[in-house]
Amino acid sequence: MTGSGTAITARQLTRKFGDKIAVDHIDLDIPQGRIYGFLGPNGSGKSTTLRMLCGMLLPSDGHAEVFGLSVVKDAEAIRRRLGYMPQKFSLWEDLTCDENLRFIADLYGLEGDVDARIAQQRETYNLEELRKQRAGTMSGGQKQRLSLAAATLHSPELLLLDEPTSAVDPQSRRDFWERLFQLAEAGATILVSTHYMDEAERCHGLAIIAEGKVVAEGTPRKLMAGVEADIFEIEGADGSAAPRLIRELPWVHGVTQLGVRLRVLADRGERDAEAKLRALLRQNGIEAQIERTQASLEDVFVVATRPDKRGS
Amino acid sequence: MAANRFLASLRRLRAVAIKEVRQLSRDRVTFGMIVGVPLLQITLFGYAINYDVRNLATVIQDDANTSMSREFIAQLRATQVVRVSYTTASSAELEKLMREGRASMAVVIPHDFERRLQSDTRAVVQILVDGAQPSIAGVAGGIAAMPILARHGEGPYSGGKRLEPRRIEIRTLYNPEKRTAVQIVPALIGVILSMTMVLFTSGAIVRERERGNLELLIATPLGRLELMVGKLLPYVGIGLIQTTLILIVGSYLFNVPVAGNLANLYLATLMFIAASLGLGLFVSTLAQTQFQAFQLAFITLLPSILLSGFMFPFEGMPVAAQWIAQVLPLTHFNVIIRGVMLRGASLPEVWPQLAKLAVFLTVMLSIAVARFKKRLD
Repeated sequence: MTGSGTAITARQLTRKFGDKIAVDHIDLDIPQGRIYGFLGPNGSGKSTTLRMLCGMLLPSDGHAEVFGLSVVKDAEAIRRRLGYMPQKFSLWEDLTCDENLRFIADLYGLEGDVDARIAQQRETYNLEELRKQRAGTMSGGQKQRLSLAAATLHSPELLLLDEPTSAVDPQSRRDFWERLFQLAEAGATILVSTHYMDEAERCHGLAIIAEGKVVAEGTPRKLMAGVEADIFEIEGADGSAAPRLIRELPWVHGVTQLGVRLRVLADRGERDAEAKLRALLRQNGIEAQIERTQASLEDVFVVATRPDKRGS
Repeated sequence: MAANRFLASLRRLRAVAIKEVRQLSRDRVTFGMIVGVPLLQITLFGYAINYDVRNLATVIQDDANTSMSREFIAQLRATQVVRVSYTTASSAELEKLMREGRASMAVVIPHDFERRLQSDTRAVVQILVDGAQPSIAGVAGGIAAMPILARHGEGPYSGGKRLEPRRIEIRTLYNPEKRTAVQIVPALIGVILSMTMVLFTSGAIVRERERGNLELLIATPLGRLELMVGKLLPYVGIGLIQTTLILIVGSYLFNVPVAGNLANLYLATLMFIAASLGLGLFVSTLAQTQFQAFQLAFITLLPSILLSGFMFPFEGMPVAAQWIAQVLPLTHFNVIIRGVMLRGASLPEVWPQLAKLAVFLTVMLSIAVARFKKRLD
């Protein structure tokens, strides 16, 4: 919200690998000082988009600017202002925590008291006990903290994180997100890709990406409110033929089993959907409770990525 | 401003080099290979195989210059073992050609050639052989046994005056005892360096790609030249360590002398190390995985060992093989190192070979730098 402009803009950004289109003419406007998420399944083009934004891959078509600089022509200038954390742990496993940080500090040409800055990062990211430990022997959460410490060592204005929490436990994930909010508070723009709904929900802004396209965009709250579906939860119909029966209804987008409950996504245009569901179940001798409920981000995702329904 | 940027660049380069040395010192297998490969090779190649030789570059000093001496030269030519590359009238020039390695054999026909032919006691002809090269020394023996001027006299194959073998005097230069080790050890420096330098550097660079480190490096301000030079520098030091190791083992175990200037030897070796690193860098831009890099490195190694004159004399090979050999840095380094180490040649005397190494290095670096993009695609 801090009176600032746009960190990243992309227009018709496209990347092809041979015949395959990984990123398909996407437009982005990502504001400064916010946490912005890319939500999408594996292979949807999230990583390719991030790599184009840090000048690592050339766009096949369209263009993108970071801080008003072209990702093609000004890649070197952008690199100095950007921290990047690849999906795979990319620091050196045969170097210790301190040696890795020292190396990265030299690459970015950190000025002043480098040791003090490294010590500060160690403290922030809880790495004090790992100082002399080689990265290869660290746990997933420790590696991830080290990666983030390395990516933020030069205090970048923009942080690109490619599925940063895919190999860490839930507690580490929560701590990690606390740190992201602190960084955003301090003014950094953070672009994070994820396939976790709970993480996506914590972002200020969100783009849902499927098959290389942005299929929905907005704040998580707006996306959930604007979902083109009614959600019903059915209790007492699990383990029976019910999921299959409901799925066959033409106005149902999806049925998910959650323990003893079934979560049904119905088309918003369908009148009396609740009554129709009840009737269907009763016909088949199933007595169940049906309740209308709030849309979750997962529902938004399912609706946004569904194959074009109803044939119209 | 420019100075600051240069310093920042140096700092990045130094950081890469330090990181490389650190990783190397923790990689026990590679570290062991640095010392293990030279020791193993020098023991294995202690003995060489002798093969028949043809078309030896030969310098002729015909002091007699009579019809009979010319007939003798024609017969030498007819054996196809000898290719008369130079004729000279001065012993100094003959010696120079031998020392520079341009001629492997010299035939000296004394001015009293015909008088000596009549006499039964004195040597008729002197053959000088470059003992620094394998297999050549044996050839001289064959020539000496040749029925010289058999057809001279009354008629073909009938009562022509034959020379006894002992009457041709053979002198093996630079390696009088014809010891294989003396021929092998200098050449082994080149073989071991081509083996380890190409293998280590291509592996080291591809490793960054394979382990995903490159993706992070690309996102930093590190330049591609800084990355390449920083990664290569430690291997220059390793190459010099290996050279020293071979020299020490060669001198203590095999009693191989260093006739030339030690500084010259190291300078020439440095040039060869650079050329090999250039090749390794080029290989690294072709390979996607360390395994591919090792395979490619071996593909370059095999012709180096077979065609460079390390095992078989260069002159004995077909023309096509000689052309391939011209492209291999080891071919030229073999000439240099044998010249400097055994014949005591100075660097200006082997400058054509040094120049060829420099050309090779320039070409390899240019291709590698052009191919090494700071991008993933």
